[in-house]
Amino acid sequence: MKSLSELAAIREQMKDKVAIRTGSGDIRVVVGMATCGISAGARPVLNTFVEEVAAANLTEKVMVTQTGCIGICQYEPVVEIFEDGKEKTTYVKMTPEKVKRVVEEHLKGQKPVSEYLIGNTKL
Amino acid sequence: MKDLSLYILDIAMNSVRAGAKHIAIRLEEQDVVLTLTIQDDGCGMTPEQVKRLFDPFYTTRKTRSVGLGVPFLQMLAQQTGGDVSISSKSDTEYADHGTLVTAVFHTDHIDFIPLGNLTETIVTLIQGSPNVDFIYCHSMSRGSVAMDTAQMRSILGEDIPLDNYEVLNFIKSYLQEQYQQL
Repeated sequence: MKSLSELAAIREQMKDKVAIRTGSGDIRVVVGMATCGISAGARPVLNTFVEEVAAANLTEKVMVTQTGCIGICQYEPVVEIFEDGKEKTTYVKMTPEKVKRVVEEHLKGQKPVSEYLIGNTKL
Repeated sequence: MKDLSLYILDIAMNSVRAGAKHIAIRLEEQDVVLTLTIQDDGCGMTPEQVKRLFDPFYTTRKTRSVGLGVPFLQMLAQQTGGDVSISSKSDTEYADHGTLVTAVFHTDHIDFIPLGNLTETIVTLIQGSPNVDFIYCHSMSRGSVAMDTAQMRSILGEDIPLDNYEVLNFIKSYLQEQYQQL
């Protein structure tokens, strides 16, 4: 059974790490989490981002955050990626499977997955 | 929405957006009656705003002109023979401002939907608002599942945010194990 004392162990573990803050904000992944997003499946999309970013050891570079309604509800789940000095990337109709490719090819490989972009997606 | 946990996520997001510092989500199952309460100390609403909350064409947001969160919850509750009530104190008038949403469902009704993954909903809320204190309590006849992020924060200290990946993973298994042990 998990006990809260495990948190003390996590704290000890983190002490040695230089950067304990999650995500310095070089890359910001923003998931729309309003009623429209949630009902279209944004929760697993967000949580897959959190998991895959950690699995790829990108937590110091990539910050995964939530936002409200972006205004294009018909395209939900919508994910926007902001990178320093680059134009915003908008991925639409996202799924956990698509997230894995975006983490691999865009966040790791720095090459956006073009077929998931808003301009290349039909409703 | 497919399950109740998604409705809870959606309604609790309203508390987050109301600037709440404390959000308590409680589920109480007694026989076939499930009572959900979401209580926050956010900015609250005026009586006029509360009245219009059940109107899907009322919203304060600018990005679209409909607000379906509360109407959805009300529809689900009423379908099962229950209902939703909301009481709120606006920060324009009260020092102890905040909102209390209460929804009652009859779980034996054919139109009741599955509870869904409540753990995911709580972890998602904490991930999105690591500085808010969340209290979660789900009590059933066979036992209860509970969590308080303020308690976790006091063990973790100030330097480690709750949206740290290790911490989120801990909270997830902490809740999952409590559910499994019921």
